[in-house]
Amino acid sequence: MSQNVNHSPTGGLQKLMETNSILLVVAILILVSIGGVVEIVPLFYLKNTIEKVEGVRPYSPLELAGYNIYVREGCYTCHSQMIRPLRDEVERYGHYSLAAESMYDHPHQWGSKRNGPDLARVGGKYSNDWQRDHLRNPRAMVPTSIMPGYPFLTKTPLNAEHITEQMRTLRIVGVPYTDTQIENALIDIQAQGKLDHPGAPALSQRYPNAMINDVSGENGITEEDALIAYLQHLGVSVDFKLYDDKANIR
Amino acid sequence: MPDKKHEKSKVRIDAHSGVPTTGHEWDGIEELNTPLPRWWVWTFWLTVLWAIAYTIVYPAWPTLSGGTHGLFGWNSRNQLTQEVTQLQVTRAPIFAKLKNASLEEIEANPDLLSAARMVGAAAFANNCAACHGAGGAGSKGYANLNDDDWIWGGHLNEIRATIEHGARWETDKATHSSSMPAFGRDGLLTPDQISILADHVRTFAELPDTVAPTAEGQKLYDDNCAACHGIEGKGNTELGAPNLTDAIWLYGSDKPTIISRIKNGGGGVMPAWSEKLDEITIKALSIYVHSLGGGQ
Repeated sequence: MSQNVNHSPTGGLQKLMETNSILLVVAILILVSIGGVVEIVPLFYLKNTIEKVEGVRPYSPLELAGYNIYVREGCYTCHSQMIRPLRDEVERYGHYSLAAESMYDHPHQWGSKRNGPDLARVGGKYSNDWQRDHLRNPRAMVPTSIMPGYPFLTKTPLNAEHITEQMRTLRIVGVPYTDTQIENALIDIQAQGKLDHPGAPALSQRYPNAMINDVSGENGITEEDALIAYLQHLGVSVDFKLYDDKANIR
Repeated sequence: MPDKKHEKSKVRIDAHSGVPTTGHEWDGIEELNTPLPRWWVWTFWLTVLWAIAYTIVYPAWPTLSGGTHGLFGWNSRNQLTQEVTQLQVTRAPIFAKLKNASLEEIEANPDLLSAARMVGAAAFANNCAACHGAGGAGSKGYANLNDDDWIWGGHLNEIRATIEHGARWETDKATHSSSMPAFGRDGLLTPDQISILADHVRTFAELPDTVAPTAEGQKLYDDNCAACHGIEGKGNTELGAPNLTDAIWLYGSDKPTIISRIKNGGGGVMPAWSEKLDEITIKALSIYVHSLGGGQ
């Protein structure tokens, strides 16, 4: 053959790379990883990535089950949970989101699209009844809404058989669940789903601010109850009256 | 060396275009090494320079303990603080007046009233419309704010108290906490008694298809309901007991609905907005709601 790449004017390194596929793959990996090394790795070692705040706690088991439903139904595709530090967003939604507020979310639900409003601080904004009515038929509450209804959540009893395993797994990636919390997960689910449950004081101690949902439906605790428990906890952990904005400017 | 290399390679000047080839050749097909247009090369290097300059001027590079702050120390959170401060300065004159004036004084002063209504309308759309409707007309279970029927009172200070502390909102100690008993669920009345009571309650408002009032219904009402809803059924805003003698029904006036209400009791829940909104916004909201049409 008369073809002879040796004669390429660029020579040496290029020839070496182009004729040795393994080397080429390794070189590509190194090149691509530079982006990750510069943009992602520092977030793991920099102390200022996550603000020092009081009050953020891991999700209670019922809230965690609700989080799972939020992920399963793909709520993040239309709702963000990220109030950016922009004037109009802060005026509408409240204090901008802190990294600390989603540090126990694996994966985080920041989202990137807002077909519906941001939900980072929806906790406590509406009553449980409103959330219920709205999930079943959004247009009954907001006539112009384009959100699909989720009436089946009302009828689906919550299946939480894997919640303790999930809590253990989350602990591996840094969510500080205690042994007591994991052992009592199933009791805590019941305690958060009923008013006057004997386990309520222990639940409130383990998970401060956990909103206790009165479940009077014949299906026991449903997926709807779990989702509402989760929604009602969004953005309520940090008391911004005590939060030092200036210390966390960067 | 270059000469020798050139000799060895097949780089040559293409006779037709006058442009050198790359020296690559595949089965007799060669590739022209046409230089990139000068404007393109310049643009390319300018963007590279721009990128480097940008990372110097703005915070960009991570370091071992933090990151570079850029030449001017810009950051988004500071910018927000500045913008919000600026906004507060712009609003300060009118907001100071809203803060210092009483609700009655605001209503009496056209300038303050229009400012409060503007602030209130925006806050209402953001926070209240989801339940009470964009125009405050409410829906089943969510009070209409346009009519003159008020569950917790329609005077300015009553509206303000309701907004501040909400209704049956657990985390607020001053919330409107009274709640109707679940007469059926908790076994206080039998289903038959509830049915008689529902018929009786419907006579107060002279609703269509009501049966004639009975002595038994009257006794059940007097024993169980009159304490909150009043002997005549006119209601009591102190306890959030609605007026049963008018045509306005929060959950509906048909018999099954009334039976369900007596059976399950309870009542609507409204958040305590003092947890989320500041004093001036709440005052403006009180004015706005009061001015919707039903204010007393």
